[in-house]
Amino acid sequence: MRALERVNPVTPIVAAVLYSIPMLLTIDVVTAAVALAAWAIVFASVGIGPRTVVRRSWPLLVAAPLSAVSMLLYAEPAGRIHAQIWLAVISDRSIELALAIGLRVLAIGVPTLVALVGVDPTRLADGLAQVARLPHRFVLAALAGTRLFGVLGEDWRQISLARRARGLGDTGVVRRSLQAAFALLVVALRRGGTLATAMEARGFGGPERTWARQSTLGWRDGVLVLLVVAVTATALGVSLAAGSFSPVWEGA
Amino acid sequence: MTGSRIRARGWGWQHAGRPAPVLAGLDLDVEPGERVLLLGPSGAGKSTLLAALAGVLGGDEEGDEAGELLVDGAHPSSRRGLAGLVLQDPQANTIMSRVGDDVAFGCENLAVPREEIWSRVRAALVAVGLDVDLDRSTAALSGGQRQRLALAGVIAMRPGLILLDEPTANLDPVGVVEVRDAVARVAADTGATLVVVEHRVETWLPVVDRVVVLAPGGGVAADGSPHAVLEVHAEPLAAGGVWVPGLPVDVARERRASGPALLVADGLRSGRADEAVHEPVDVGVRAGEALVVTGPNGAGKSTLALTLAGLLPPVGGEVRATSELRGDVAAEAPVRWRPKQLATRIGTVFQQPEHQFVAARVRDEVAAGLRALGRGDAEVRDRVDALLAALRLDHLADVNPFTLSGGEQRRLSVATVLAPAPRVMVLDEPTFGQDRRTWQELVRLIASLVDDDGCAVVAVTHDADVERVLGDRVLRLGAA
Repeated sequence: MRALERVNPVTPIVAAVLYSIPMLLTIDVVTAAVALAAWAIVFASVGIGPRTVVRRSWPLLVAAPLSAVSMLLYAEPAGRIHAQIWLAVISDRSIELALAIGLRVLAIGVPTLVALVGVDPTRLADGLAQVARLPHRFVLAALAGTRLFGVLGEDWRQISLARRARGLGDTGVVRRSLQAAFALLVVALRRGGTLATAMEARGFGGPERTWARQSTLGWRDGVLVLLVVAVTATALGVSLAAGSFSPVWEGA
Repeated sequence: MTGSRIRARGWGWQHAGRPAPVLAGLDLDVEPGERVLLLGPSGAGKSTLLAALAGVLGGDEEGDEAGELLVDGAHPSSRRGLAGLVLQDPQANTIMSRVGDDVAFGCENLAVPREEIWSRVRAALVAVGLDVDLDRSTAALSGGQRQRLALAGVIAMRPGLILLDEPTANLDPVGVVEVRDAVARVAADTGATLVVVEHRVETWLPVVDRVVVLAPGGGVAADGSPHAVLEVHAEPLAAGGVWVPGLPVDVARERRASGPALLVADGLRSGRADEAVHEPVDVGVRAGEALVVTGPNGAGKSTLALTLAGLLPPVGGEVRATSELRGDVAAEAPVRWRPKQLATRIGTVFQQPEHQFVAARVRDEVAAGLRALGRGDAEVRDRVDALLAALRLDHLADVNPFTLSGGEQRRLSVATVLAPAPRVMVLDEPTFGQDRRTWQELVRLIASLVDDDGCAVVAVTHDADVERVLGDRVLRLGAA
């Protein structure tokens, strides 16, 4: 866990891009399975426990089986056909694809989410502005905006209560939510406007600025990138050697 | 460091799209290091002047500027960091998620070298007496702490001019003193020029050495030492909404015998997410009687009020509506009523009026609840007109609620809740941040609801004057 906190938050973002592009090139069970196994070893050796992995990547644990099932039922049939219910056809080909897609979602998504979820927005902003050299006005405005999310949560509660108090909650759920959402939007715009004034009053928006905290790259960032390259190369290498590499451009 | 010099000659500002300037023909000189309390009735342009001095009034598309306004010989918007501004709403002053970052933000923008930033940050936090960790989340701060944090962020920039726009209006009495004392210390330490806008004069008298009163429509109505100005102008200032020391407020009551109980709380514990925030409460809410709920910050007053009002489920114990209030509704617990059943029986005025607004015009805002109840057009029109007239909002009937002043918004939120004529009114800090005039109007209105209409009122307040006038019964909550 500690290890991830010491790399610059920009590095996992770059690493995620470096990793997902080659991994997206193929749909096969071997690449995904090798990558997943490699990540399991990496996580275990740097002390990222299964609880953390599940907590950060749980949406994928739902999404992966869903995409696998839809492949299983609706992929273009080929090979032996095992079952057929109306439009759904389960064939050799669809079973293979379902497995590959399910694993692929996990292989690409899990390590990415584990690395990116829980990144401290303040450190990320420091990194994006100082290391990635994104325009600081944009980065800081976005950072200040993230603080408003918590405030807007409370606003939403108050708005919902206030609407009930005024006898306005008897319409359907959809209409009610839309109206409350609009009220929240108005409040959010006003909060945004005031925030902009407060920022401007503190001298925000000038051409030059310094940073109270330096955001730098260190050897750990290099290790992370090398690690990602190594996992990618191993997964694709094994898949090519085993002859199961199945590029997306050759059609599913 | 020395303070800034302010010079205004024939200065004025007209917001884009408004028919008249908010400020016109202002001539004013403030010497370096002076500490000025800026007074004037609502709408005299106090906040506009502060925003202009802070250089955040906006460009040509926001409005038209006339005359000359200089801070240390330069137009305030031409140089960053000349002046620091603290706004009224504590929430609005917080920019970053960590205390240290929030204070450092201004220094970074002024391109102060990194090594110097952190020493400035620590010094500023010491100066305002905010002894918390630099990594502390700003979300966890109280209102008074937030305002002192904002002040720290300002003084870390070392401005020659510190501008405070009603910095204590939204704070409880403890917070008010914290912030006032911090400002006094900072002003003495830095020698910066200070301009404060605030209705509550007494709070700031120990800090300021000059009082300037703006005249509505333009110019300066009075200017001089606090003593001299307040002696001569006490009456007109009070009439204009300023809380002048020595002129207490009062509202006459014509109490009658209390009527039947409408709501009964038995061993009631309220809170959020199953966690009670106060000790069990037994209390009855009776027709023709006002119940004042008071207690320190965080004692759970607002949560209790929302629970009594049928908006939050109790964490323990129960709230029962008597058959007198229920009428033909079967459920005893107001929290189980449908919204329409609730609105015609218990009305709630929230702390922040903005959360209540649903319409684009003041008139529609008042009508919204009545229309939802299916009342006829003629009835809605008559009721809305009567309420707008009673609350002096009739001239604003077609204005957008969000563009109203704080006092007007508060009166409108009361009007919307009164529209369906509930027998119980629950008000959360109805006088928070209000000027003297709005205070009197609101308290008079609440008193007449109780005394003339036989309503039951539950008022959550920090305000000792409200407690004195409306406290037919007082419930004091301690911290849990």
